[in-house]
Amino acid sequence: MSSEEQGLPALEVPPSTRAAPRGLPARFFDSDLWYSFRSSRLVVLAGIVTLLMVGAALLAPLIAPHDPYDLRALNLMDSDLPPAWVQGGDPRFLLGTDDQGRDILSTILYGTRSSIAISVLAVLLAIGIGVSLGLVAGYFGGIADTIIMRIADVKLTFPAILVALLINGIAQTLFRGRLGGAEFWILVLSIGLSFWVQYARTVRGMTLVEKNKEYVQAARLIGMSRTAIMFKHVLPNVLSPVLVIGTINLALAIITEATLSFLGVGLPPTEPSLGTMIQIGNKYLFSGSWWMVAFPGVTLAVLVLAVNLLGDWLRDALNPKLR
Amino acid sequence: MKLRIMTLAAAVAAAMLTAPVEAKTFRYAFQGDLNALDPYTLNETFTLGALGNVMEGLTKRDKDLKIIPGLAERWEIAEPTRWRFYLRKGVKFHNGEDFTADDVVFSAERALSPESNIKSRIAAGTKVVKVDDHTVDFVTTAPNPILHYEWDTWYIFSKKWSEANGATKVQTSSSQLSPFTLKANGTGPFIVESHQPGVKTVFKPNPNWWGKPEHNLTEVIFQTIKSDATRVAALLSGEIDMMDPVPVQDIARIKANAGTDVLTGPELRTIFLNMDSLRDELLYSDVKGKNPFKDARVRKAFYQAIDMEAIHSRVMRGNSANSALLISPLLFSRAAEFKRHPYDPDAAKKLLAEAGYPNGFAVEMDCPNDRYVNDEAICQAVVAMLARIGIKAKLNAMPKAKYFEKAGATQKYDSSFNLLGWTPGSFDSHNVLLNITGCRDDKGAGAFNYGGYCNPKVDELAKLVLVETDTAKRDDLIAQAFRIVHEEAGIIPLHQQALNWGVSKKVKIVQRADNQILFYWVQKE
Amino acid sequence: MLAFTIRRLLEAAVVMLTVALLAFVLFRFVGDPINQMVGQDTSIAEREELRQRLGLNDPVLVQFGRFIWNAARYDFGISYQVKRPVTSLIAERFPATFELALTAALFAVLLGIPMGVYTGIHRDSWLSKLFLSVSLVGISLPTFLIGILLIYVFAVQLGVLPSFGRGEVVRIGGWTTGLLTASGLKALILPAITLGLFQMTLVTRLVRSQMLEVLRTDYIKFARARGLSDRAVNFGHALKNTLIPVITIIGLQLGAIIAFAIITETVFQWPGMGLMFIQAVQNADIPVMSAYLLLVAFLFVLINLIVDLLYVWIDPRVRIYGREA
Repeated sequence: MSSEEQGLPALEVPPSTRAAPRGLPARFFDSDLWYSFRSSRLVVLAGIVTLLMVGAALLAPLIAPHDPYDLRALNLMDSDLPPAWVQGGDPRFLLGTDDQGRDILSTILYGTRSSIAISVLAVLLAIGIGVSLGLVAGYFGGIADTIIMRIADVKLTFPAILVALLINGIAQTLFRGRLGGAEFWILVLSIGLSFWVQYARTVRGMTLVEKNKEYVQAARLIGMSRTAIMFKHVLPNVLSPVLVIGTINLALAIITEATLSFLGVGLPPTEPSLGTMIQIGNKYLFSGSWWMVAFPGVTLAVLVLAVNLLGDWLRDALNPKLR
Repeated sequence: MKLRIMTLAAAVAAAMLTAPVEAKTFRYAFQGDLNALDPYTLNETFTLGALGNVMEGLTKRDKDLKIIPGLAERWEIAEPTRWRFYLRKGVKFHNGEDFTADDVVFSAERALSPESNIKSRIAAGTKVVKVDDHTVDFVTTAPNPILHYEWDTWYIFSKKWSEANGATKVQTSSSQLSPFTLKANGTGPFIVESHQPGVKTVFKPNPNWWGKPEHNLTEVIFQTIKSDATRVAALLSGEIDMMDPVPVQDIARIKANAGTDVLTGPELRTIFLNMDSLRDELLYSDVKGKNPFKDARVRKAFYQAIDMEAIHSRVMRGNSANSALLISPLLFSRAAEFKRHPYDPDAAKKLLAEAGYPNGFAVEMDCPNDRYVNDEAICQAVVAMLARIGIKAKLNAMPKAKYFEKAGATQKYDSSFNLLGWTPGSFDSHNVLLNITGCRDDKGAGAFNYGGYCNPKVDELAKLVLVETDTAKRDDLIAQAFRIVHEEAGIIPLHQQALNWGVSKKVKIVQRADNQILFYWVQKE
Repeated sequence: MLAFTIRRLLEAAVVMLTVALLAFVLFRFVGDPINQMVGQDTSIAEREELRQRLGLNDPVLVQFGRFIWNAARYDFGISYQVKRPVTSLIAERFPATFELALTAALFAVLLGIPMGVYTGIHRDSWLSKLFLSVSLVGISLPTFLIGILLIYVFAVQLGVLPSFGRGEVVRIGGWTTGLLTASGLKALILPAITLGLFQMTLVTRLVRSQMLEVLRTDYIKFARARGLSDRAVNFGHALKNTLIPVITIIGLQLGAIIAFAIITETVFQWPGMGLMFIQAVQNADIPVMSAYLLLVAFLFVLINLIVDLLYVWIDPRVRIYGREA
């Protein structure tokens, strides 16, 4: 479940990302990156699928036939209806309904939105924390390095799911009693905090290499502050591995969200994410109501698969050794 | 050694004469664990049920829960405060010792010891007096018509065995399992052969049981299977003969399967909703400075907003009995007089408007998600139904460990609106009037009154119920008390959930409404 | 070398202490253990008494001190639920988890390496693409869903494999094994696949990318130029060079597998430590939870430490720069 440190052999910074400043779009379409993207049909497909799903999720309130979060619109008597094309189906509910009478299609759209939002925010949080700590550890070394890396070790001793459970437990208690969706942010926090180590380690390693290069030495000589050097010179050069890890982590974050929901600490059932939907649908798998778990399950799998494919391609494309 | 072999041979010969030679192993699974084999440690249905196959009380309950003689052959009320029990003669414990009055006196002391979890079986102040080896008197401080109601699960220990095995003291909930709780020594029809807490327990029939066996088993294996889906799968694939509980949505699937069926019956547990009507301001609401639940109209609005028919047919898939009372109709003779307030969202809206909340208000609802049948789904449905009368209820579903901590006494009933289930251990209404509707006090009354509902009139009636020995008068007092709670919608009863046991068609098993799994009635093909 | 070892040992001790503290903090947020230990009719006063007896009313620091003191002596107290010493519970449950983890790891390696090699050599063949896509499915579906689907197909529909438990086990000394009976082996198949699928994907992808890198090195080009057969180059030279990182990763992964057995064990009612842990969480069984967390932490710290020391031993430069990820 944790891809930490695996499958990601040390990444070198490809020259392409250090290209001379030109118009960004032009630079992008000219790049090897774009070329390698176009050259694999599978990757193009993954890209299109990802775009479509993200788009559908973003537009969920506009395109969804029902508002699954509007409790007043729910009718328990509509519950457990099969997809419209199956006998007993209802044309109002294309993919059927769940145990509370929610339209599966609309709930998937809203749920995908929650899942993507949680995962993206969690990964951004992880990147924010990991990159800053990695930069500090790598650039300043000494005590800061030791402390940060030992914290990283502590974190690594707990698998992501355990960390998420732990943070979740604490946060639930702290935020208890607030009206409003604390669960969303608790999930972001717990997933984000369980993913940062990989970034910290990678960035630290690369910073160690970068800081001894001539251009950093030169910057130091002309009297730039350490912080400025760190952010202006070192940071841009470590971003491409971060991007790669980020993409793969995004897929992992979506699964982690689903797993947390399976363990009962995800989004509330009144505002289900994909994970919550699968967890609920799972209970109905044997009873013949396959649509409750099949559609969200397939959605989740396709989404994660597409993101993973993109991640793969990014990794190969940004790794000059493989070109 | 020689003698042993001869007895063994005799036993084998006897077995060959009476029973078919082939092994009949009954395998069953439950979602929870069987831990200590000391029945005084945990007052919980499943544990007591499993041990009921191994140990016995002075009374037993038959297939319809009627009280019948157990280790006591008969009893009489000598004086209103003195009950005399005549013990069965010739009964032996599994280790060969005779069962006598000393064991009863010892077991009473043991049950009342500080570590015991079943103190409620014997009212405080009751004296247990040995008259002779097979007669025991129980002297109570006040007349008590229901003295022996819970004695079918007050299992009798052997005094000598307990002393020899360091079992005189109850296994405490906080200490390590003593070796004696890994075995059990009772008088019952089955003997524990091996016990691995939380994993597997093996039982063998007791060849020397005093009664006439109604089973044809040679071995029983119990296993814990926590996950619903896995439990269903294990039954469908024939790996087990029986399991409990069946998730209601899987009933149809199990029935459709050729080799399996579902035994359904009414259960005694009632599910209900508590509203915090005690505090002056709700903890979790947008109404400030006052508590809307103090107004009976608001409570009744909540009551009438909930469509129990829909919950019955959809969430429970027909496996529940909607209830107007906080006790099962099986346990209260006059239950039929009570009808639920009708489902009527318009009337509910009107009531809310009259109470000064024409636009409703917001409140948080706490709900366990791993305790009762479809508990979370029920809460979701309730929240959605309340939304239609303008109540913005936010659902906090949580695991039982957290739920009981938050909504219960531990965190001082830190909840505004919640769902709870209750089975009166004594099978009697007084238990409900004390624990569920009783005003909270520091002596333990109303301890499970999670909404703090309090009406002194109900409490007065409850006190009268306790000492009234005339059944008709007593029932009348109970009905009066329940009528008050019903009229002012102090607590909203929902339903009694149904028992659902998944069984292989190869076995015949008796399902009793108290949900004890008693395999001494199992016949396997 | 000695100084480095001592420093790392000290650091490992600090890590363990921090984990202990975190594990301890966790206790306070999982719920109330009391309710799960007594029957519903138990009075408030009795519950309070029990709480007192368990030491749950003591100041937090006192509780933490007691916990550390006992843990240092390998005494984690008594499980609230099962009411047996946690250490003996762990000893009892460990073989189940260990056998499952080992089988899962073997499954991952035995399938993952060949697939990785093949996809590395035949980068663009359709079979490679198929392998990679299939292996991606392994990390695109949540573990619990894979488990449930496997049960549904192989236990319920086909009825060929058991859906839960370990089958018949054989006791050898303090160890119970399911590897010696037919039912034990059958029971192992589905959980091992469920648990190993993710690792298999990792191995496949790791071997592939390592192969791709190695195959580009001058040393391989030179071997080819020397006229060695493809087979000799691929397996004699390339694979050999990819195996070292792969073995390191798998070693590190064994700890992760044990930790992630939680979900697999829950789905298959596998009587291992993960199941014990998740049940402990549900019942707020503090001693079991803390012991499990500490044990997992210990495994990770130990493996990390060994890897670190090995690195130093192999490459003295690390002493100066520290280990790179």
